Amino acid sequence: MPIDIDIAHVARLARLRLSEEDLEAYGRQCRDLLEHVARIQALDTEGVAPTSHPFPMTNRFREDLVTPDSVLDRGEVLAQAPSTEREFFRVPPALEDD
Amino acid sequence: MSWEAVIGLETHVELSTRSKMFCGCPARFDAPPNTNVCPVCLGLPGALPVPNREAINRIIRIGLALNCSVTGRSVFHRKNYFYADLPKNYQISQFDLPVCVDGYLDVGGDHPGRVGIERVHQEEDTGKSTHMGGDGRISAAEYSLLDFNRSGVPLVEIVTRPDIRSAAQARAYAQELRLLVEALGVSDARLEEGSIRFDANVSVRPGPEAPLGTKVEIKNMNSFRSLERAVAFEIGRQTACLDGGERIVMETRHWDEEAGVTRGGRTKEGSSDYRYFPDPDLVPLELDQDWKDEMAALLPELPARRRSRYEGMGIDPAQAATLAGADVHLRGLFEGAVEAGARPQQAGNWVSGEVVAALRSSGRESLADSPLSGPNLARLLAMVEDSTLSGLAAREVLAGVLAGEGTPEEVASARDLLQISDAGVLEAAVEEVTADHTEEFARLCSGEQKLIGFFVGQVMRRTRGKADPKLAGRLIRERAGL
Repeated sequence: MPIDIDIAHVARLARLRLSEEDLEAYGRQCRDLLEHVARIQALDTEGVAPTSHPFPMTNRFREDLVTPDSVLDRGEVLAQAPSTEREFFRVPPALEDD
Repeated sequence: MSWEAVIGLETHVELSTRSKMFCGCPARFDAPPNTNVCPVCLGLPGALPVPNREAINRIIRIGLALNCSVTGRSVFHRKNYFYADLPKNYQISQFDLPVCVDGYLDVGGDHPGRVGIERVHQEEDTGKSTHMGGDGRISAAEYSLLDFNRSGVPLVEIVTRPDIRSAAQARAYAQELRLLVEALGVSDARLEEGSIRFDANVSVRPGPEAPLGTKVEIKNMNSFRSLERAVAFEIGRQTACLDGGERIVMETRHWDEEAGVTRGGRTKEGSSDYRYFPDPDLVPLELDQDWKDEMAALLPELPARRRSRYEGMGIDPAQAATLAGADVHLRGLFEGAVEAGARPQQAGNWVSGEVVAALRSSGRESLADSPLSGPNLARLLAMVEDSTLSGLAAREVLAGVLAGEGTPEEVASARDLLQISDAGVLEAAVEEVTADHTEEFARLCSGEQKLIGFFVGQVMRRTRGKADPKLAGRLIRERAGL
């Protein structure tokens, strides 16, 4: 069952710059994966709940409490960034699409 | 050609929980920049998000108040996109299994109608960018500064069906939703601070039976008025485009408040471009009936019901809407006064008129911890009704009660404001003023009725405003033989 995929579009969404050979190789691999998924999708799963997570666990919560100990020191945080200005992170302007 | 506008609104509501959605950082973002941040909300590698139970409590209440079904099983998804204010490069949101689906909100007023709610889902807010240079415009900015205090604050998104048909109705829906959220006490719900934000999807089509046109998302409306203006502008722009033979491009446009126009921005990504997938860090939610029942029991009286209850007391619709939208203290005062025997319409007029004015001039923010109680207001109004106090004097008494000078009776007698309703006392005053103005009195006696006002004024002056004007008028008339 041949599946079509626009691998260049997928790469662009992930902000990956791929060479022609890479596009070709990853395109083939992704198509193989999708074909496998298509085979599974063809199975009759009527009455089977979708598995979003592999373990039978639900409802893990924290109470609404502030935990000051987990808050990081601003100086330390900003020191990790490539660019800062005063107490902010500084980033290049947001480009309207690439 | 005539076009029908089709509008849907997406509303983001920031929950006023103490801590963020998935970490224990304070959820208040008015702190100094980048001081409420931790590995989870900065998206540092290896950090594990854990959902805030109170946020889930609140989204259930929002869903129930919007007549939604609260789903049994609900899953968090990752919505993947790249933007500097989103440090993980994905936003934790929900996709095919939101917490609430299929509800509605009835909108009244001049644009009545039922607006379907498609879904209500839980997500997290992004950091805040400030664009520097280029007059602060995003497209011309030289660089941006980022504050991540807001990153990870619990955000609830409420998505309507495309049921809205005019800019005014969009505004009416937005205002009703804000009242609802405020009544639920789940958010500060302040537009100007961005704790409730409205985006609109607008399209037009040739008629009600035609398929939906290409939709444009408009953002950046910071008030109900700008929401209405932006939607109206966009409807006009699209119909002009179509009338001119152009096609509508699916895109996101930003409202420019000053210029009064929407401006094109990025072309909208299709939902498959966000590559949603279940977040493996977050196990599904299983919301059982007990939990929903517990939340249903916590629902307060909702604005629509309150308005109709007030109208049922005999208050006109406009006044009922004003009172129903007033803060909890003003409403408590109104209801307390009515309970203590005040006439509802009169109590309503005083609460939304004189009391609000007196509060403002006293410099108080609200009636919280104020000595003005419902029974106090009822007594004050009763004194106006039985002419113990003039309207003017009652306002002064109100100020005195608000200032903690005592009960209305105490303030009225301490400030010497009690109206003179003793016919004997007033008779003396009437005799004096008629003696002082013999010529005018002769004219009154010969039938010049309008001089009654003059004499009542004189009596008021002589009694320093304390005379009961009705009684004074009657005594003057009797004396003149009219």
